[in-house]
Amino acid sequence: MFPAAFDYRSPAALEDVLDSLAAYGDEAKVLAGGMSLIPMMKLRFASPEVLVDLGRVPGLDAVQETPDGLRIGALVRHAELEASELLRQRYPVMAAAAPLIADPLVRNRGTLVGSLAHADPAGDWGSVMLALNAEVVARSTAGQRVIPVREFFTGPFSTVLQPTEVAVEVRVPRPSSRSGGTYLKLERKVGDFATVGVAAHLELDNERIGRAGLALTAVGGHNVVAAEAEEVLAGAEPGPEVFAEAAEAAARAADPPSDVRGSADYKRQVVRTYVRRGLARSLELAQAA
Amino acid sequence: MTTTMPGPEIHGLGHSMKRKEDDRFVRGRGTYIEDVVLPRMLHMALLRSPLAHARIASIDPSAAAELPGVVAVVTGADLAAHNLAWMPTLSGDTQAVLATDKVRFQGQEVAAVVAEDPYVARDALELIEVDYEELPAVVDPHAALRPAAPVIRDDKEGQDTNLAYTWEAGDKAAADAAFAQADVVVSLDTHYPRCHPSPMETCGCVADVNAATGKATIYMTSQAPHAHRTLFAMVAGLPEQNIQIKTVDIGGGFGNKVPIYPGYVVATAASLLLDRPVKWIEDRTENLISTGFARDYHMHGELALNRDGRMLGLRVSMVSDQGAFFADAQPSKCRAGLFHIVTGSYDLTAAHVTGRGAYTNKAPGGVAYRCSFRVTEASFLIERLVQNAAYELGIDPAELRRLNFIRPEQFPYQSATGFLYDSGNYPAALQKALDAVGYDELRREQAEGRAQGKLMGIGIASFTEVVGAGPHKDYDIAGIKMFDSAELRVHPTGKAILKIGVQTQGQGHETTFAQIVANELRIPAEDVLVQYGDTDNTPYGLGTYASRSTPTAGAATAVVSRKLLDKGRKIAAHVLECSPDDLEWQSGRFVVKGTPEQAVTIQDVAFAAYTNHPDDLEAGLEGVTYYDPPNMTYPFGTYVVVVDVDPETGVWTVRRAVAVDDCGVRINPMIVEGQLHGGLAEGYGIAAMQLITFDEQGNCIGSNFMDYLLPTSWETPRFETYAMETPSPHHPLGAKGVGESATVGSPAAYVNAVIDALTHLGVRNIDMPVTSAKVWQAIQQASP
Repeated sequence: MFPAAFDYRSPAALEDVLDSLAAYGDEAKVLAGGMSLIPMMKLRFASPEVLVDLGRVPGLDAVQETPDGLRIGALVRHAELEASELLRQRYPVMAAAAPLIADPLVRNRGTLVGSLAHADPAGDWGSVMLALNAEVVARSTAGQRVIPVREFFTGPFSTVLQPTEVAVEVRVPRPSSRSGGTYLKLERKVGDFATVGVAAHLELDNERIGRAGLALTAVGGHNVVAAEAEEVLAGAEPGPEVFAEAAEAAARAADPPSDVRGSADYKRQVVRTYVRRGLARSLELAQAA
Repeated sequence: MTTTMPGPEIHGLGHSMKRKEDDRFVRGRGTYIEDVVLPRMLHMALLRSPLAHARIASIDPSAAAELPGVVAVVTGADLAAHNLAWMPTLSGDTQAVLATDKVRFQGQEVAAVVAEDPYVARDALELIEVDYEELPAVVDPHAALRPAAPVIRDDKEGQDTNLAYTWEAGDKAAADAAFAQADVVVSLDTHYPRCHPSPMETCGCVADVNAATGKATIYMTSQAPHAHRTLFAMVAGLPEQNIQIKTVDIGGGFGNKVPIYPGYVVATAASLLLDRPVKWIEDRTENLISTGFARDYHMHGELALNRDGRMLGLRVSMVSDQGAFFADAQPSKCRAGLFHIVTGSYDLTAAHVTGRGAYTNKAPGGVAYRCSFRVTEASFLIERLVQNAAYELGIDPAELRRLNFIRPEQFPYQSATGFLYDSGNYPAALQKALDAVGYDELRREQAEGRAQGKLMGIGIASFTEVVGAGPHKDYDIAGIKMFDSAELRVHPTGKAILKIGVQTQGQGHETTFAQIVANELRIPAEDVLVQYGDTDNTPYGLGTYASRSTPTAGAATAVVSRKLLDKGRKIAAHVLECSPDDLEWQSGRFVVKGTPEQAVTIQDVAFAAYTNHPDDLEAGLEGVTYYDPPNMTYPFGTYVVVVDVDPETGVWTVRRAVAVDDCGVRINPMIVEGQLHGGLAEGYGIAAMQLITFDEQGNCIGSNFMDYLLPTSWETPRFETYAMETPSPHHPLGAKGVGESATVGSPAAYVNAVIDALTHLGVRNIDMPVTSAKVWQAIQQASP
């Protein structure tokens, strides 16, 4: 596995990264963890002329909690999120998803922000961030914009990011104190992409459901919000009946391909089952909070 | 058989000494082919066909040849000029080295670039212009055998169909008569899917043909270096004494490194033409899409029984998917290998087996993955059939097996398809496994759980293996008989070098074979250096695959040790000034009977062999043995797997995996256990997830480790292993070979367990890999 020749830049300042992207446009690719990009280059599926490595740029490797929520820099690795006590306490969907990302080797190098920018429809973080209503912060020489994740994905491996932009941060709103969530993933083995993944997030308002976030992995051209299911849940009294109704709605939102992982019918069945189980678990956690 | 109890420092039979070779492996100090770097060495990359079936209209290498750093571009036409465009396979067929007329599978070798570095070589591949005229791809072997199918092998004169071979064993009339009397006939159609051995190190070589000396040194990933040297001599017309195959360390084989691949041939030809060393190393995708696959048998089995559960007869017909070239490594007499051992562990007096091989537009192979020459498919079929027969008859699956086992007193047992089983105790192995798993309690739990909608299953496989090829009358590879060899020299200081004709790829030969010498001569295993894999410096042998090393070269090692001991007795008598008949061999010492203070150690004897040998003996303590086994050996065992199935998703998880193995006498029990763990994990991978498949155009799906799944430590069940020792009556140590037992035996246990969880719903079969999606589908379609 030998990639085609490419030029390699490793700027020490974000401004220089942005200048390089402005100069090379779609001939350049940004390198963070490289866990998807490098294999694609080695298979010669991708042959960028220039790699712009974020590795030396300061200030991108932090997980910070503010009163508004979490800020996760572009160089924060999956492994750091997996180990985070903060996530376990207040962001259970993320805490559940982190150890299910790929395998330990990939988690040591790969990044959450890079995973979003890569926009693999079978990527796990996309669903988690959709369920949590997160935002992506993008920078270019033209300035900064904050993009809701719900407007971020446009199709398989494509997002609203421009070739001259780099995603530098993800912002996750702080969930209400009585909330819970989880991520369930069916994979054939450790390191496999999801056959189906379900991110569930429930906030309780008195004893009814406040906001519900529900998003699905690997059942469409990109990570999918189960919007109808979220509406079914919002304001409802939580319990098996409404969860089953939401599960049916979520299965309708899924448009999976039939492939070696299973038929479309099978994958919708897994969506149904995992939504039900994921909501039940989320409720448990919210009630315990 | 020698049964003296070894002292711990000797490390003879039965000692779990740590592997001598592991020190260099765990320190990262092994030497693999990629580690071989020679002065002036060039790098070769292969252009492979993107299409499964196409005529080659033209190949234009000119742009590639002009790329700076490229030394040569080689096409099939260039090889044809030297009569090297085609080569023989191990099954007497032919295989294209570089395609000249057509490409016949996706990934087939079309051209090669030789360049100053591997990056330039790959860049140049993209500049070779090949004009393909696409032809319809034939991917289904049944369709391939229909009259209208496009003929894939139109290169072969007289080949006007896609039939690669036919094969038959057993007695048709007897089997049909048995079926005529049967109360019950149970049948099963199942596909044992194409899977791939996927050794950690891919295939590769460094070919160094020196024009000045005429010597061709080929560093090569080879499980059979001596046979490969001979084949190189025959194919390339090089004088055999000038060919030296060196294997260095091999990072796993599993049969994948038995064939000769086009890359070896082209690299050697390029080195010859360019007078520079040429390195060729496959990448992972190349290994998965083009090198020897395993299995791909479509099987139909029928079992005839009477109402009491007594098995009367077996009929099997099979279609094997051979890919574009028939390249199985099989004894010449056996077109479907040893598949006809399909009567398994049962006293089946009437059996008939037929097989047909089909050419398809897929990679050739069929040699690989711990298969003991296709025993894996046979064992799977009979164990699945027996399990289903139990459900039809309403007899417990363990009880049905017990009713029909070949009984211990029936050995040696002549099978209906022509095998002479050497020894066994099948009821004891079954009972030991059932006791270990707590079978009766599990059956109670299962019955109770079903009432609550819980799905739990218990799968059994009581397999019999046939290994140790083999007796010269029946077993050969490309005509060379399957003996094996050992050459032993004890040096004056009592330290020994053992050279063997077999070839480790991780099995631990450096340890196991040293322990055999230790057992026989009482020289500590630490003092015995084991060498292999350099054809100039080891005796001729057929290599390591099909679990044959211990049965053949292991026996040769014991026999040559005993030869040296006979000579040692004469030397000892000379030193002690007595008659050889007055000496007793006592745990490493020759002792004068009745005067125990008069004795010499084996080390004393070795020193005397060079310093004080008798006039009527040659000096030295050295010998060689070529061992022709009188029979195959027949390891056996019972595996019991317990699974829980999620009814809503079809996801199944292994709760228990109990393995009772009897491979005769165990030389190094730890190494045996390691082999079993590996095989049980491989069996799980095959049963649960592994699949090389193709779309309708013949595109290979499973060309990387994201699509071709190898189980990790996370998925791999925890194994509970138990040993039994029923010695082989004809092996000098009573050993039988074990490398493949668990892969042969275990897939049926996993599948039987899943089926057992669903049998009350009417489910009788799910083909491997048993994915959660297939299980869910089966539950949906079930009619309880």
